[in-house]
Amino acid sequence: MPEKKPESSSGSPNGFEPKIVAFFCNWCTYLAADLAGTSRMKYAPNVRVIRVMCSGRIDPQFVLDAFAKGADGVLIGGCHPGDCHYQEGNYKALRRYRLLKRVLREMGIEEERFHLEWISASEADRLKSTVNNMVEKVRTLGPLRLETKSELFPEEVTVS
Amino acid sequence: MNASGKNGTRVGVYVCHCGSNIAGIVDVKSLAEFGATLPGVVVSREYKYMCSDPGQELIQQDVRDHQLNRIVVASCSPLLHEQTFRTATAKAGLNPFYCHMVNIREHDSWVHEERQAATEKAKDLVRAAVRRVAFHKPLEKRQVPIHPDVLVVGGGIAGIHAALTLANARKHVYLVEREPTIGGHMAKFDKTFPTLDCAACILTPKMTAVKRHPNITLWTYSEVTQVDGYVGNFKVTVKRKPRYVSEDVCIGCMECIEACVYKQAKYPDEFNLGLGKRKPIYIPFPQAVPPVPVIDPETCIEFKSGKCKKTCVEACGERKGINFKQVESIETIEVGNIVLATGFQVFDARRLPYYGYGKHPNVYTSLEVERLINASGPTAGEVILRDGRKPKTVGILHCVGSRDENTNRWCSRVCCMYSLKLAHLIKEHTGAEVFNFYIDIRTPGKGFEEFYQRLLKEGVHFIRGKGAEVNTWPLDPSEEGKLIIRVEDTLIGRIRRIPVDMVVLAVGLEPHVDAQDVRRLFNISCSQDGWFLERHPKLAPVNTFTDGIFLAGCCQGPKDIPDTVAQAGAAASEALALIDAKFVELEPNTAYVLEEVCSGCKTCVALCPYSAISFLEDKKKALINEALCKGCGTCVAACPSGSIRQNLFEDEEIFEEIKGVLAYA
Repeated sequence: MPEKKPESSSGSPNGFEPKIVAFFCNWCTYLAADLAGTSRMKYAPNVRVIRVMCSGRIDPQFVLDAFAKGADGVLIGGCHPGDCHYQEGNYKALRRYRLLKRVLREMGIEEERFHLEWISASEADRLKSTVNNMVEKVRTLGPLRLETKSELFPEEVTVS
Repeated sequence: MNASGKNGTRVGVYVCHCGSNIAGIVDVKSLAEFGATLPGVVVSREYKYMCSDPGQELIQQDVRDHQLNRIVVASCSPLLHEQTFRTATAKAGLNPFYCHMVNIREHDSWVHEERQAATEKAKDLVRAAVRRVAFHKPLEKRQVPIHPDVLVVGGGIAGIHAALTLANARKHVYLVEREPTIGGHMAKFDKTFPTLDCAACILTPKMTAVKRHPNITLWTYSEVTQVDGYVGNFKVTVKRKPRYVSEDVCIGCMECIEACVYKQAKYPDEFNLGLGKRKPIYIPFPQAVPPVPVIDPETCIEFKSGKCKKTCVEACGERKGINFKQVESIETIEVGNIVLATGFQVFDARRLPYYGYGKHPNVYTSLEVERLINASGPTAGEVILRDGRKPKTVGILHCVGSRDENTNRWCSRVCCMYSLKLAHLIKEHTGAEVFNFYIDIRTPGKGFEEFYQRLLKEGVHFIRGKGAEVNTWPLDPSEEGKLIIRVEDTLIGRIRRIPVDMVVLAVGLEPHVDAQDVRRLFNISCSQDGWFLERHPKLAPVNTFTDGIFLAGCCQGPKDIPDTVAQAGAAASEALALIDAKFVELEPNTAYVLEEVCSGCKTCVALCPYSAISFLEDKKKALINEALCKGCGTCVAACPSGSIRQNLFEDEEIFEEIKGVLAYA
């Protein structure tokens, strides 16, 4: 079968393809991804989706674990504020996201590697652009290389 | 505990081709071969259609032959076929929750173009599932009883039909309508296309049947303000606005309206879209149901000054039907199912100033013309202009607020046909020359094309071109005092000017301005255009993503009366199916507390939106009420000691998925 190169995954010169772990809520963002499928939209193949019932289920440990296990980026998708199937789980997710973003920054993980987006069940377009944008950004940043980063930790905490 | 088959898991992996839907992009053969290399996998196969009977039989045969105890199916979205494969797993004698689905169609083959990248993604997802499924536990679906009563929201033809169907099946129905009468848009129409039977003749008997029906509680002038609960067990709060005339005692004699101190009707009549007048005490139209007048406190003298002679009260006499002190009341009901039939609103033609609606008095919307033609309308069925003249030439502009990038992109489906109907009726009533200006004539329905052909024979003019503007600037004396429609006739390729006496704008249908609020209230989704979203466009057209809530009529998208009635019947029967099943099975994805680990910090208690978590003061432990838990998992993520867990979404299961997708085999 002839292989076409989609514009969305043009690939970087060094051949780095970021691996992104996504946590999507069952009611909005997972459905948006299903809709993108039924609408045959094309987007970058770098994201691996893990389904949870609600973005409120996303334990910060999941995000940390994903980074620790080699993810170059983590994406969270939930229902828009006010639209949560469980009333307010997405607000809890937002709170944790804000806090976790600060922790990640302290660990030297670039801001763009961790992203939260509200994507409703009808917003397949938004899902596509969110995935593509995130893949592009992370591709520009290059691999996370957490082990190299952690080697630098002792130097950073040494008071000169 | 360890996965990878060490604790005795024997996994079967099944890769579905879905014809060429998956196999066209994902290399299913290499995916199945890859599956076989994963720890714990005993069998790994690919098959053309896993959801087919032979596909499901394959799983069952393998369970018997290879003593499998976990099943992974890589196919479509779990929202489509999870139930299918769980059932197949159960038929094989395993707990259905030992099955897990991998979405390699909607999330993979349909959205990617590179074979290699798509196959790699599929492999990662299958690896994650194989790791995850080892931790699955046997679970039981929860059963909850279904309350037999049903709430129908909206009293148009959709709501009426759904309510009657349910009530005839001996279920109790609450029909809530926000206007003072039921009937909806259909009550405003004169005739219906293509049969030209009179709308009132077919609708009003159904309206009175609603009123008479012992199984229907009809609440007009009422709105749903709160919805709690879940399928089978909704708790709904309804606000009943005061109409200042008691429904219990009023017999509909209308003498109060007659007796009102206003001898002449003075205020614009909402039902007739402002074309007629009404008094402060009024009934929307003679066949209104319930036949109980309403007092408009904005215009009633008694409300404004308190100094009215109250002739209406006098006229009512002993019955004492009029009650100026009536206040809003709140009703709380319990229902098992809800049918939403909230309808549509017509496009506001003022949004297209080049058609001059609201500026030129003789530019009407199609709904206004329906009222003009209607024998019980403001002109008693005479099609006359605002100055009393009969129009000699009429232009009907199609697609006003439909099929337009600047307003609404969708086709409103009914405008072509109702425009043809109006053309016929206007011609019949006035003998006027009628022009239709159209982009395309769309007549896909039983008898629709035949009706179009009939109109062509009747001598109605059809000009192919979207009206560009309506102005009043004459270029020669024959155009004096006329409305001039400018249009490009795309069949002859020329710009034309057609002077007419009356312009009818065939306005499209659009979601109610407050559709988003209603959607939130009932916890359902909307499509991008704002229509309520059905669960599946083909296979579940009246279901929503919220179980127990069904859609009927135009709230789901524009449709004509036959389709609306068909959908209302479908929504009613979906509700009946649930009611007759007596109970519903819920996903066992509830959270639970490991008591020995719980530190009693109470973090979770305040987090739960359903108050499902209580705190046992004696033991100093949290306790989750399984019946109240909806399974969002917010408390699970928040528990600092990790003592709250969630069935189907256990921490280990998700950690294994993370490892799996990141290739930690």
